[in-house]
Amino acid sequence: MEGQLSRRDATARLVAERGELLVISGLGSTTWDLAAAGEHPGNFYLWGAMGGAAVMGLGLALAQPRRPVMVLTGDGEMLMGLGALATLAAVAPANLSIVVLNNQRYGETGMQASHTALGADLVMLAKGAGFRQALAVSDDAGVADLAGRLQRCEGLLFADVRVAADDPPRVLPERDAVVLKHRFRQALGLR
Amino acid sequence: MPDQPNSDLAPKAWPAEIHGLIGRAGLSQVAYVPDAGHKALIELCLEDPAIEAIALTTEEEGIALLAGAWLGGAKGALLMQSSGVGNCINMLSLTANGRFPLLMLVTMRGEWAEFNPWQVPMARATRPALELMGVHCLRAEEPAAVAEVVGAALDLAYDAEQAVAVLLAQRLIGRKVW
Repeated sequence: MEGQLSRRDATARLVAERGELLVISGLGSTTWDLAAAGEHPGNFYLWGAMGGAAVMGLGLALAQPRRPVMVLTGDGEMLMGLGALATLAAVAPANLSIVVLNNQRYGETGMQASHTALGADLVMLAKGAGFRQALAVSDDAGVADLAGRLQRCEGLLFADVRVAADDPPRVLPERDAVVLKHRFRQALGLR
Repeated sequence: MPDQPNSDLAPKAWPAEIHGLIGRAGLSQVAYVPDAGHKALIELCLEDPAIEAIALTTEEEGIALLAGAWLGGAKGALLMQSSGVGNCINMLSLTANGRFPLLMLVTMRGEWAEFNPWQVPMARATRPALELMGVHCLRAEEPAAVAEVVGAALDLAYDAEQAVAVLLAQRLIGRKVW
């Protein structure tokens, strides 16, 4: 069933009190959503590398075990790298959360139905891949609960956030990945 | 011996040499899709408490993983066979656009004493495909050269912050007995 949550509102609430949270956003709408929630040096926006967001989060979470890490991506981007769910579950860093804003559409290419509109269940896929915590989020209370979980780092987490298939205005962040890389590393005290 | 079908794949010294080099260079994440040529090195990494050895379902995951590691201040290496290079192509956009350092250690199949024709097309394409995506390729042909070449690749990757692949010749690995 199609979600009702606003993707922009849900994103804003997940990062509103972000504290030490580091965020990687996946190609497409989730990058615009994260940018719309406000610039932050602990954001790394993907404009490509489709299918790579979750496992990029794994490398970051292992490198920064004291910081909570969120990968914020869409259903289409996640579907391109489903094997990554098994890779992540095998390592299971406690500080990593994969949050999929699932509108059941390929939003950037004309709102074509994705596989989550055609029968694929991301929560079951995550559980099948070995995630012990995989939940669906479909209302405001669920978003508030998820925001708390992101901070608590109580284990590898997967969240399938059912958002409406709307098309909010694009908010385009920096797209030079070298700039984003240096900004991110400097914020961590790396050269 | 009937239970030793790969009897030509006798223990070699170079996997331990690579393991020593990556340890001294401070690499903490070693991601891999298994290959017979990398068997010994994978086992050494799995046993090493200073290394997180990460099994991948497909090679391009490792490209993104190591970019994430670098964002967080960690260094790593990606182990695969030559057929896996084809899986990495678009993900190398991330490495190129972000100028992320990258070290790939690629065991070659399909180029020497190969029985399986399915390994050959990607073997021919391995080096050109990597170079087309901006990855600098070095190659080790003889066992005695492996440590020197991997050491040079480590410097290129993590001092000069380049994307580098070391192609480990199939002749190093030995004839697979079917």
